[in-house]
Amino acid sequence: MSYLSLSDKDKKEMLAAVGIRSTEELFGCIPKDVRLKKDLDLPGPLAEMELVRTVEEVGRRNSYSRYLSFLGGGAYEHFVPTVVDYLSSRGEFVTPYTPYQPEVSQGTLQVIFEFQTLICQLTGLDIANDSLYEGATGAAEAVLMAHRVTGRSKVLVARTLHPQYREVIRTYIKNLGLEVLEIPSGRDGRVDAAALSKRMDDQVCGVVYQSPNFFGIVEDIQALSEIAHARKAMSVAVVAEALSMGLLEAPGVLGADIVTGEGQSFGIPLSFGGPYLGFMACRKEYVRQLPGRITGQTTDVDGLRGFVLTLATREQHIRRERATSNICTNQALCALRATIFLESLGKDGLREMAWQNAQKAAYALDALTALPGVRRKFSGPVFNEFVLEFPKPWVKVDAALREKGILGGLGLEGAYGELKDCALVTVTELKRKDDIDRLGRAVKEALS
Amino acid sequence: MIKEIREPLIFELSAPGKRSDLLPSLDVPETKDLLRDVPLRRTIDGFPEVSEPEVTRHFTRLSQKNYCVDLGLYPLGSCTMKYNPKINDRLSGLPPLAASHPNAPEELVQGNLEILKRVEGFLCDIVGMDAFTLQPAAGAHGELTGMMIIRAALEDRGNPRKYVLIPDSAHGTNPSSAHICGYMVKEIKSNEDGMIDVAGLEKEMTEDVAALMVTNPNTLGVFESDIRRIAGIVHAKGGLIYMDGANMNALTGIVRPGDMGVDVIHINLHKTFSTPHGGGGPGSGPVGVKKELAAYLPVPVIEEKGGRYSFAFDRPKTIGRVRSFYGNFSVIVRALCYILSLGPKGIREIAEYAVLNANYIRKSLEGVYHLKYTASSMHECVFSDKFQKEFGITNLDIAKRLIDHGLHPPTMSFPLIVHGALMIEPTETESKRDLDLFIAAMKSIAREAKENPEILKSAPHVTYVRRLDEVAAAKNPVLRWEKKP
Repeated sequence: MSYLSLSDKDKKEMLAAVGIRSTEELFGCIPKDVRLKKDLDLPGPLAEMELVRTVEEVGRRNSYSRYLSFLGGGAYEHFVPTVVDYLSSRGEFVTPYTPYQPEVSQGTLQVIFEFQTLICQLTGLDIANDSLYEGATGAAEAVLMAHRVTGRSKVLVARTLHPQYREVIRTYIKNLGLEVLEIPSGRDGRVDAAALSKRMDDQVCGVVYQSPNFFGIVEDIQALSEIAHARKAMSVAVVAEALSMGLLEAPGVLGADIVTGEGQSFGIPLSFGGPYLGFMACRKEYVRQLPGRITGQTTDVDGLRGFVLTLATREQHIRRERATSNICTNQALCALRATIFLESLGKDGLREMAWQNAQKAAYALDALTALPGVRRKFSGPVFNEFVLEFPKPWVKVDAALREKGILGGLGLEGAYGELKDCALVTVTELKRKDDIDRLGRAVKEALS
Repeated sequence: MIKEIREPLIFELSAPGKRSDLLPSLDVPETKDLLRDVPLRRTIDGFPEVSEPEVTRHFTRLSQKNYCVDLGLYPLGSCTMKYNPKINDRLSGLPPLAASHPNAPEELVQGNLEILKRVEGFLCDIVGMDAFTLQPAAGAHGELTGMMIIRAALEDRGNPRKYVLIPDSAHGTNPSSAHICGYMVKEIKSNEDGMIDVAGLEKEMTEDVAALMVTNPNTLGVFESDIRRIAGIVHAKGGLIYMDGANMNALTGIVRPGDMGVDVIHINLHKTFSTPHGGGGPGSGPVGVKKELAAYLPVPVIEEKGGRYSFAFDRPKTIGRVRSFYGNFSVIVRALCYILSLGPKGIREIAEYAVLNANYIRKSLEGVYHLKYTASSMHECVFSDKFQKEFGITNLDIAKRLIDHGLHPPTMSFPLIVHGALMIEPTETESKRDLDLFIAAMKSIAREAKENPEILKSAPHVTYVRRLDEVAAAKNPVLRWEKKP
């Protein structure tokens, strides 16, 4: 394939206009000794039809979609209304650059303004940004923000925060002189409040916790926020399953100062981990420390309402090394998908979807813990995923389930050495009662 | 004439009871008092309630208020968008790829791992590096990853050092990324050709300097022809060369950064490899390194043994994880499709015709607009508004008037060393007709600047909104819709 649009005549005319005979002369400014002296060692070119065959062929080497999957742990399979795919694939949304020229970008800018509003409504906070890369870098940006706001350098991170998010926080802060301490969880699977209180001091910039946490347990955000606030530290809530905000009280209402997380659940395909949708919201007084782009409302010379990128003095293109973050490109198209998703489901639809997740997870939890030897690992309240402990090693149970075409959950031994017979089981609205019953029967057989 | 209908915010269309029935009723026994010990929300205050027809029209109308590459030239220098092939979007959405879960066991997603490994290999070949990570989510994220790798390597050698040198023509993300890696930034002045001043660099390059971050071709569209000497100076003092590969589209198949002394590079898949930018992302910013630095790449890395692919995590020198999972996979699939479609000759033609198109525009507008730096242009050329200033016209006025011609303006916010910059990058996929339309529009605007400057100052005239008050937006920020009390 070629996507060039110049005819031979065009090329000749253009070369003549530039005053050269061949394109080779255009590269005279590159010293000869560094020039590439051979062709690149690449396959192709492929015609479109061959390309389709080639990629379909590679796709056939994935067998995941043949399984009934109960996987979650930071990426969730949810229903996506048809209008999300249909509208978000319009070229007018897919092929513009960042809206630097607002007069010809009102579509994207208004969508983002609506997105910011929806995120504020869901998180219960005043201000939201245009988006961040994904949940883990969102959590890391939140840590840096808490450090900027408070001027303090110690951060307390719940051990029940997604293991990958904790790793990314460590990567981000490594060179900035910040210190991370991890806070264990109790028997209920929630952050151990006593351990947290003991670790609190006047050097702590923020307490970072996930709710529902990595074990699926809903945290007591109010209690954690009170502990943080008692030492004037920020309460940072991370939401990896954004759908939970359709049912659970908004973290901002319960005391969180920054809410950040992963918005993949809002109409974004699993796509093997990306692109996803980081989001971040905060209280009004911290807006100048918020990373990422922000869209604001204004008027044009005729007094008509319009939208622009604003508060750019926080950003790298103005502030350079003193910017609040180095982020430039974010996830606008994913934010568009989330906006269409949320507006299509609407107030009742989102709550209903969240409610069905909680109900189906509860049904599955009951069904599975009714089996001999299968135990609920943590007693805390769950949203749409939970940890089970099996009477034999998870790898064996998992293997038996896979024989029956089922991925029953995510083994936890890798991330939490002490949970070696445990798995995280996720149940979304897409699982029918029959699917859950089939899982129950398969687990029963695997254990017998 | 009827004034164009103003599109309301969705919240203004909302009314109780409007909804789409998307979900079936619950098929498990309902537990009414589920989660009774947890604070639940009764409702989401202010959340919209609209019908599906309203949603469809709302977004279709909004889409029509955007300019995009599918409509015409988008000469936003250094950021630029070339044509985004449609087949690549379709193939990245194939169910076995798009519906695969990132926590799936490796054995069940061998196709995905193969794609990632193949793209790594292609990029190594095109850029001349030994190893690649595809994890960074965008160019700036790639810079951060790359600079972390440099810091880790220097630390390993005993001293991470203090400073990073960055030319004054660089994009703002460079200093910002260096800063998050714990470095202080020293700016290197450009010489009269718009290139790095080698003597100046030599003076600044001490054993306290970790790296030079260089963009090549730089943001003036000029190739740093002393690059080998520059690399020699930096390497002699034990420093490393980081290359911002934003402009790699000027070099593909012609010259490889790995052959000119570059140790670490990021590239932007949206820019060189045609993945759509989506109105501000998702991007993808893979990072390539020389083999001495491969041990520091973020985890996981992909390994292949006898046709089986796996993720490796046990890498003692790694900088760690830079994001969740494995990168912007569906963006990477598009890049795979693009490279396979073009083949080696097509990849070389990216650079050939990007540079020809840019030089055609430069030649056609020289004398009409001021060109501060006259060194030969690669994929872009940077004019300024100096001639038009005489009539009180700025680059902003020129940009806004271009919109009236149905075109997107060039980049104006940088490079900072050209006041009133008009950084024009056409890319290789434009037709001569589109280039000529742009040139004609620019010439007509230059005439108007002389004869009728008012029409430029009040441009654009034919858009859905006209010039917007950005000062008011920043002074009294309205950042969300709120329900009227």
